[in-house]
Amino acid sequence: MSSTAVVNRKIEYSESENRNALIAVKAHLILGLAVLLLMMLAGLTMRAVQGTWLEIGADLFYQIMTVHGVGVVGAAGIGSTGVLWYFLRQYVRLSNTIFWINFFVFVAGVVMLLGSIFLGGYGGAWTFLYPLPGKSMGVWSTGAAAVFQLALLIIGTGFLILYLDMGRGILASFGSLSKALGLPQLFGRVPVDTTHPPTVVAGTMVLIVNFLGIAAGAVVLVMGLINLYNPEFQPDALLMKNLIYFFGHVFINATIYASVTAVYELLPRYTGRPWKTSKVFYAAWFAIVFMVMAVYPHHLMMDFPMPRWALIVGQVLSFGSGIPVLVVTGYGALMIVYRSGIQWSTTTKLLFLSMFGWAAGVIPAILDAMVTVNRVFHNTMWVPGHFHFYLLLGLLPMMFGFIYHLTGEGRQGEQPKAADNLGFYAYLIGAFLTSMVFLASGANSIPRRWATHMAEWVTFAQVGTVAAALVVLGMLVFTFRALFSLPKAAEPR
Amino acid sequence: MVSTVYAITLVVMALIAAVFCFVIVNSKKVETDYSSVTKKWYGVRGKWFFFLLTLGVIITYLSLSPFPIPDQKKGYQENEYQVVKVDSYQWYWTMTPNTVEAGKPVTFLVTSGDVNHGFGIYDENLELLGQTQAMPGYTNKLIHTFDKPGKYKILCLEYCGVAHHAMITELTVK
Repeated sequence: MSSTAVVNRKIEYSESENRNALIAVKAHLILGLAVLLLMMLAGLTMRAVQGTWLEIGADLFYQIMTVHGVGVVGAAGIGSTGVLWYFLRQYVRLSNTIFWINFFVFVAGVVMLLGSIFLGGYGGAWTFLYPLPGKSMGVWSTGAAAVFQLALLIIGTGFLILYLDMGRGILASFGSLSKALGLPQLFGRVPVDTTHPPTVVAGTMVLIVNFLGIAAGAVVLVMGLINLYNPEFQPDALLMKNLIYFFGHVFINATIYASVTAVYELLPRYTGRPWKTSKVFYAAWFAIVFMVMAVYPHHLMMDFPMPRWALIVGQVLSFGSGIPVLVVTGYGALMIVYRSGIQWSTTTKLLFLSMFGWAAGVIPAILDAMVTVNRVFHNTMWVPGHFHFYLLLGLLPMMFGFIYHLTGEGRQGEQPKAADNLGFYAYLIGAFLTSMVFLASGANSIPRRWATHMAEWVTFAQVGTVAAALVVLGMLVFTFRALFSLPKAAEPR
Repeated sequence: MVSTVYAITLVVMALIAAVFCFVIVNSKKVETDYSSVTKKWYGVRGKWFFFLLTLGVIITYLSLSPFPIPDQKKGYQENEYQVVKVDSYQWYWTMTPNTVEAGKPVTFLVTSGDVNHGFGIYDENLELLGQTQAMPGYTNKLIHTFDKPGKYKILCLEYCGVAHHAMITELTVK
């Protein structure tokens, strides 16, 4: 199929709609980048405290830990939404107004989160694990915990509204979610159309899982809020844990599945080779729809009253979740770059790096999701090790690569600037070391979420601090580049 | 177990890195006929998929039989097991008794009086030997046999508030 057919699928918007949409996407990306930079500084601070190079109170440490967790998840959410929305609107008609509404709802939620943490003293971690928000032993007030949970509820509502619009747009263009996922092609009811956009498949998957994930999150947040003001209402702690981890796991995983659209859309442009959909591609994404939602019990393996079957499902699907990236998306990226004559710009380097980060990041995750391994790795530094690998080297390079693409870098034979090279390699080395030090710490049984480390663990934290400083250096370059080049950048052709 | 898992992680990640480096090194030389590239590597992909599938089945079977978590419905009698009742609170542990014998299995009955905690058993070298969650409304049964006498530490492994990191106690094994 020629590329002309792909162009013909694209939705026509007015010039003013396109201009407004581009501004909105840039606003999402710049906000995401700025929040991420602040969260990396928060991470650096925590590592310095654990490494005894900085002294702060435990209450402040756990407030920073809380803002770091919720900030990274939120920034990943808003940034990845910017990426997905930018590409998806090319194939389905999406509303700029609703996109902006979600943005401002998100900003309002962020203000509430910051108030609850730094004015109200809330330090119950971003996971708000019931019944901790209501039992702080006087460290934070009920009001602070309530504002934190209300903020998450409001942010979630904004995303739900956006997903409704995406769902409407997908149904209007493709007729059903099933067709958008390519299922009639997968099951042989219609011939395979290799030009069916991968972005539509990914966007539909994200829409389905995040809608359900956020709905579960809303349920648990409302139950938590009721408990705060009516302590006699005591929901089951294990049920609450299930809902929280279902919501949290789905939401953070959906960010990478949303952002990978940048790889599907941009690597073909930089290599001159198409990313064609196929039965294997549809099968992988169809499986992902279920696996992302059903795999969350791997967070609950040390909750022994969990049904045995649920933990087995958690282990098996954790392994299964690695297969699509190792066999389809990562493998596809390798094929498309191999002997393509690609020009290595910061854009393409970041996009290709993201595939490595995702593919390699699944390994420690899969191993930790084995029940027998989880007994000695759960809630150690191994866990932040694998998710920092995923996020720093997988998800964020997708977003950063997209930002560099929007700035116009890497096209027309332009060579990366020295500052961009410095940023890229500082970030690469720093992110890799940060993650590997976390993994090494986990392999040495060092627990996560400890404000004060024992003397035997301090060296790990100090090396981690240096690594985190390198990440911040790289991030500063990316942020300055985005702030100076992105606002005035024209729509890439 | 821990060092094996760590070594496997490093080796597999290094192999993945090597594959990506191979592609980077081979990215400049242009092969204009992309269909010949896909034809060749799609063939490899099928084998790669079946390799991963087979590996997954083998690992699943070997790692889950027998199931690594003790039966929570079973009553663990005191003539076969040493029974230790563990209660957790913000931010301390109570263990009754807090001394056990080496060589005979210990059943820890772990619960919480307030929020979620994590009951982690560490040896004198600060190596994590086993753990379970301590949850309000539930009693988790964790079985562990200590190989040698000594002073073992119990650390909290689930974030439980401002003094979470100070929630440490000691278990004596004779």
